[in-house]
Amino acid sequence: MDVLEQLAKTFLDWEAMAEVIPAMLTVGLPNTLILAVSSAFFGCVLGMILAVMGISRNPIPRWIARIYTDIFRGLPAILTILLIGLGLGPVVRILTGSTNPYPLGILALSLMAAAYIGEIFRSGIQSVESGQLEASRALGFSYSAAMVLIVIPQGIRRVLPALVNQLISLIKDSSLIYMLGLLASQREIFRIGNDQAATTGNLSPLVAAGLLYLCLTVPLTHLVNFMDKRMREGKTQKVEPDEAAAIIGKGH
Amino acid sequence: MSEFSSGTLTAKNIHLSFGSNHVLRGIDLHVPKGTTASVIGPSGSGKSTLLRVMNRLIEPDQGDIFLDDRSVLKDNPDELRRRIGMVFQQFNLFPHKTVVQNVSLALSKIRKMPKDQAHAKALEQLDLVGLKHKADARPGNLSGGQQQRVAIARALAMEPEVMFFDEATSALDPELVKGVLALMTDLSKGGMTMVVVTHEMGFSRNVSDTVTFMDGGVVVETGPPDQLFTEPKTDRLKGFLSDVL
Repeated sequence: MDVLEQLAKTFLDWEAMAEVIPAMLTVGLPNTLILAVSSAFFGCVLGMILAVMGISRNPIPRWIARIYTDIFRGLPAILTILLIGLGLGPVVRILTGSTNPYPLGILALSLMAAAYIGEIFRSGIQSVESGQLEASRALGFSYSAAMVLIVIPQGIRRVLPALVNQLISLIKDSSLIYMLGLLASQREIFRIGNDQAATTGNLSPLVAAGLLYLCLTVPLTHLVNFMDKRMREGKTQKVEPDEAAAIIGKGH
Repeated sequence: MSEFSSGTLTAKNIHLSFGSNHVLRGIDLHVPKGTTASVIGPSGSGKSTLLRVMNRLIEPDQGDIFLDDRSVLKDNPDELRRRIGMVFQQFNLFPHKTVVQNVSLALSKIRKMPKDQAHAKALEQLDLVGLKHKADARPGNLSGGQQQRVAIARALAMEPEVMFFDEATSALDPELVKGVLALMTDLSKGGMTMVVVTHEMGFSRNVSDTVTFMDGGVVVETGPPDQLFTEPKTDRLKGFLSDVL
């Protein structure tokens, strides 16, 4: 029983959790969401540019997109965050006088997310039947108008589940920003749990952080599954019999 | 059908290769204003490719294309395609738009019509193909025959001078073919200039003014339908007709 009690005390100390939860909800949660959502947004914008470059008929933008994607997908997230956060920190300080590492954290997360999201968008756009582009061009749309109005919107729809997956990754990876040394008010969920665990010598605050992450990610995971299923099976659709008769005699 | 401002379409000595594959080997086709030309032939004979070359979805390697006796190869291809409507085997409606949006999109974006005017014109076109009541449905909720009629309305809304039909009924269930063919017949009788690539020998024989038989990237025989169907001159056409009829 001693062992069990010891484990319970280490991981499930309700008092230690109760102490840290208010800060987690009022400071950690908003910061985690700001980091994840804003880097998802910038990642989508840059990712779309990369996707369009990646399917360009001109090899130069295609290669630029390829090299970018290979680099930012191939590096460990923590390495990118440190290189960007610490490396660009002094430059930003000289240019703006700001020593706030927070925007650089968002930048690093966005650059990494863009590499993945770019590939997601590219596969989505390329999965749209070639007949869609052909029909648009046959109507007289230019290549770019056909892509923007017809092909890309369909491609995005198809990869929505993959994009939500990317948001889940960002929620988790945003914890790595703690490496950049944030102000107390900038700490996200993990950092708050970690600080509290360090001062109390008890891991329960980290367990609380974990539970809070799960509250965010598990519903999103199920949303992905739901969207996936919905796309595979489609909404139940009612197909009415063709009223061939309606056309006859109506064409005049 | 209302009157069309149809044009005369002529293709001269069209050549096209994909790599070492010589797909079109000197095709000539003349479709006078207001007539319907059907193009028949076995799969892989280059019929569909010829349509795509004539509206420059694919650029020919050699040869010239005339619309109303003026070469169109130097024009902006987007401008040319606005003058030629095209209907595809797989309909290719835009699944993320409603039926009426499918028809009005090019009107508002290309013809720069105000939204409400484009919408009204799209409804008018849908009415002509008997599908006004489906205006707000998604293409996915329509039968194949209905989708193809929407595709025809979409092309007609742009007031083309020529209409291309690329095996427009081949993907349809047999019972849905009739409605689409009836609509195409109406168009033909209404004076639209049409090039119809088809496996529907009945349509080819009864509706079109000329029939062109292609095989292996060349025009093997061309002439009025009665002549081709009753007195085929070449063994290739005889063989083809005995296979399909």
